[in-house]
Amino acid sequence: MKLGILWSGGKDSCYAAYLAKKEGNKISCLITLQSINEDSFMFHTPSISKVKAQASSMSIPLIIKKTNGVKEFELKDLEFAIKAAKDKYKIEGIVTGALASTYQASRIQKICDKLDLECFNPLWQKNQIEHLKDIIKSGIQVIVTGVFAEPFNSEWLGRQIDNDFLNEIKDMFKHYSINPVGEGGEYETYVLNAPGLFKKQIKFDIKKSKIKGEKNSWRMEVEVE
Amino acid sequence: MTILIINICKHELHYYEFVKPIEKILEGIEIKYSTKDYDKISKNDLEKSSRIIICGTSLKDNNFLEELPLFDNILKSNKPILGICGGMEILGTLLGGSIKERKEIGTTEITFQKDFLGVNKSEEKQVYHLHNFYVDFSDIKDEVEISAYSYNIIPQAFKHKTKKIYGTLFHPEVKNKEIIINFCKE
Repeated sequence: MKLGILWSGGKDSCYAAYLAKKEGNKISCLITLQSINEDSFMFHTPSISKVKAQASSMSIPLIIKKTNGVKEFELKDLEFAIKAAKDKYKIEGIVTGALASTYQASRIQKICDKLDLECFNPLWQKNQIEHLKDIIKSGIQVIVTGVFAEPFNSEWLGRQIDNDFLNEIKDMFKHYSINPVGEGGEYETYVLNAPGLFKKQIKFDIKKSKIKGEKNSWRMEVEVE
Repeated sequence: MTILIINICKHELHYYEFVKPIEKILEGIEIKYSTKDYDKISKNDLEKSSRIIICGTSLKDNNFLEELPLFDNILKSNKPILGICGGMEILGTLLGGSIKERKEIGTTEITFQKDFLGVNKSEEKQVYHLHNFYVDFSDIKDEVEISAYSYNIIPQAFKHKTKKIYGTLFHPEVKNKEIIINFCKE
């Protein structure tokens, strides 16, 4: 089946794409909404301009649409982007990285229904710790590009999601109620490599990457080489 | 004895969304299960299972409605059955109800009018919907009890009056996992 991936550049959309390919589907395009509003209800924002480097590494066409990120209006922008993907790449369905948000999932379901497309949410209802373990096991290389909750600090930026990360995040879940996968927007990620999807690893220089923030809220604009 | 989970999804990628969450609920309560595609169920599968759960599928996937005879043996097995969304549409139709069109997507509140798998009468529940159809039970109202409606007309949960056959039009694996647990432990 020809599918379009709702691509944020982070771990969840990448693992959803990984499963879609594993099940024999063709990934015809990536669809990214670039939100100008940093508090978007639907879309992640850090490092999103770097999705071009990821699409290039995967040799998959990319549709980027800018959105003001205002609640509900951004859904119209998403619909336009998905329709453009359907018209241009003849996709038959959409894949999302939604885990638990019924707000996000039901709105994308409605758009797919309107556009007569299948909707796939292969991470739906997944146990968060198990999801992180699966990502690590799959060999997908992911770094943290944003943190937005106590007790995170700027030292988390650029960290890889690995077994050490998993152990610390489990601890933070226990003591600070941090969602292990960042479903509540506690942290955001950027994928550097994914087996079977990326043809070459994305290299980045943390010293050249722009970092801004204060206290428990930090962002890093990844500078890819 | 194990619980037989029936997968009605046409696309393999939908297994992760509609079947795996139910497998995970059963693993969480340490109940053995075996999962089979609806067109590959043998007599032996039915005999060795203690209960049966028929999972739902996506909005656009309605293949199973054209292959209802494949589910006859499941109903005749006399095992307790829970049908979820598409699974409820299958059970309701085989029992003599009729399929009607009504799209519902997203969360809504429903009030249970009767006790249902651990949910008490008068209890309000937030439920997650994803369906194009529902079952109209008016031709068999003596045989089934409607436990909850949405908009006073769409049966959201039913149980058979004499057999252990249950259905939910909403997806209990999303917001009401205890219904699945109660069915397994009933």
